[in-house]
Amino acid sequence: MNTPPETPTGPLDGNAAGGILGDLFAIEITAATLICEGCGAFAQVGAASVYGGRMGVILRCRDCGKAMLRMARTRAGLRLDMRGARSLVVDIAHA
Amino acid sequence: MSDSPVTRGFRGRKPAAQSDRIPPGQHLTHDFPVLSAGPTPVTSLAEWSFALEDDDGRLLAEWSWEAFNALPQTDIKTDIHCVTTWSKLDTHWRGVSFDTLLQAAGLPEAPGDYVMAECDGDYTTNVPVDDLIGGKAMIATHYEGEPLPSEHGGPARLLVPHLYFWKSAKWVRSLRFMQTDQPGFWEELGYHMYGDPWREQRYAGD
Amino acid sequence: MPATDGPAPLPRRLQWHIAEIADIIVETPRVKSLVLTLPDWSGHMAGQHVDVRLTAEDGYQAQRSYSIASAPEASQVALTVERIEEGEVSPYLTQDVRVGDRFEIRGPIGGYFVWTAAMDGPLFLIAGGSGIVPLMAMLRHRAAANGKTPATLLYSSRTYDDIIYRAELEGLAAQDKSLKVTHTLTRKQPSGWKGFARRIDREMLQDTGFPPDARPRIFICGPTPFVETAAGILFDFGHGRHLIKTERFGPTGG
Repeated sequence: MNTPPETPTGPLDGNAAGGILGDLFAIEITAATLICEGCGAFAQVGAASVYGGRMGVILRCRDCGKAMLRMARTRAGLRLDMRGARSLVVDIAHA
Repeated sequence: MSDSPVTRGFRGRKPAAQSDRIPPGQHLTHDFPVLSAGPTPVTSLAEWSFALEDDDGRLLAEWSWEAFNALPQTDIKTDIHCVTTWSKLDTHWRGVSFDTLLQAAGLPEAPGDYVMAECDGDYTTNVPVDDLIGGKAMIATHYEGEPLPSEHGGPARLLVPHLYFWKSAKWVRSLRFMQTDQPGFWEELGYHMYGDPWREQRYAGD
Repeated sequence: MPATDGPAPLPRRLQWHIAEIADIIVETPRVKSLVLTLPDWSGHMAGQHVDVRLTAEDGYQAQRSYSIASAPEASQVALTVERIEEGEVSPYLTQDVRVGDRFEIRGPIGGYFVWTAAMDGPLFLIAGGSGIVPLMAMLRHRAAANGKTPATLLYSSRTYDDIIYRAELEGLAAQDKSLKVTHTLTRKQPSGWKGFARRIDREMLQDTGFPPDARPRIFICGPTPFVETAAGILFDFGHGRHLIKTERFGPTGG
């Protein structure tokens, strides 16, 4: 993988967000599962679509496009918004 | 981060040449990078409309694509500055100025001090009305003489070039007037409510 | 896990470590591999990546992600970096670094895009340009683990000289009949070239890959348009969505 200098027009895969999510989550997050608040679909974080480029991480459901997880790390701190996800499921044995 | 050891020989991007057109912390680019918070929406021109709404979401004015393009057009040449540090000089845009919209809507003045730009997809951003009037902003439909490409916000985007470019909301469909300032999509995540590149207002608290 | 056991300990949080360059290998005119000494390395799985962070004297920092090229079994971690002309970090890592230089690394990252020899099923790897890197880690791991389930690599490069790990791939395929390596060169081919000479398409994927009922595990890595094209075609063929894993770089690196 090579980080693009700016985000391309299309999404990246969720594993591209693994590093910045690692700033907050104590475990390897890309193997965790998000349940979309919009349509109920299950998605491994690594399989979700990532937008936002250098501004932050916007993880969207591949089925309905809803933003399940939004995170930005700025001088103001780190903000996580997960209103678009019903839950985050972590399989500890494989985390 | 201040505890990181220095990497021998690494200098980072070459700083921009001294220029009063490049705000602090920015570098000059000749590309036009694309950054999006979501997929490029697909809206046919037949479905497209642009609206001005009041605080309660009531329609103040609405235009179809044809009607919108029949409004008096404005051409500008301007510099744009992205919070991710690139700046691009002498870009050319055509569209309908915010002043023209107020006039066409029969509004002697804006019914609110702030505006929330609402767009296809779920993107929003907030801008003070003072930063839209007096020729400071437009709804742009053409870039460098061509119809605005969809990856850059086409068919129409808000253009407020004196603020960081995340305020120039792509795929804009309406401007909703507000009495108080409310955070939009990136502002909710810690980006600055106003976003003046010359005061380097990238993040909340700057 | 039985309810009477305590909760499983969560793995240690991602932290920044200092890596020192032990060796620099020229792979192609634009690509170099950096072999690193990483004293606190916890190990990794093939397919994972690391974040690299560089700090200039004035405190300015730049961070990029790079796939780990080495197998988990290797004694040292290796990264492979492609030089991007207008990039900020890759020109430094491919032109300016010397053995002994140090920078920060965080990882391994990515529990999703990984393959281990313990996974069943044939393996179908599709690489575009520098997308070969994480897939090479998988093939190196497969060789170290003496994996014998069928594996196929379809690798798209611009020219013959741009093929990363060319000789090593030849060697792996020569000594292992269960591994098939197919190249396609999209921009220029050497005279006498008998391989594919075009961008990947339905025919090529059909010819080189496994049928859906073989249930291959598919890993696609490279620039976004490349990955999307390949994934779309394979999904059309009937491969299960959960068996197709993708890692997109975007149109350029940095």
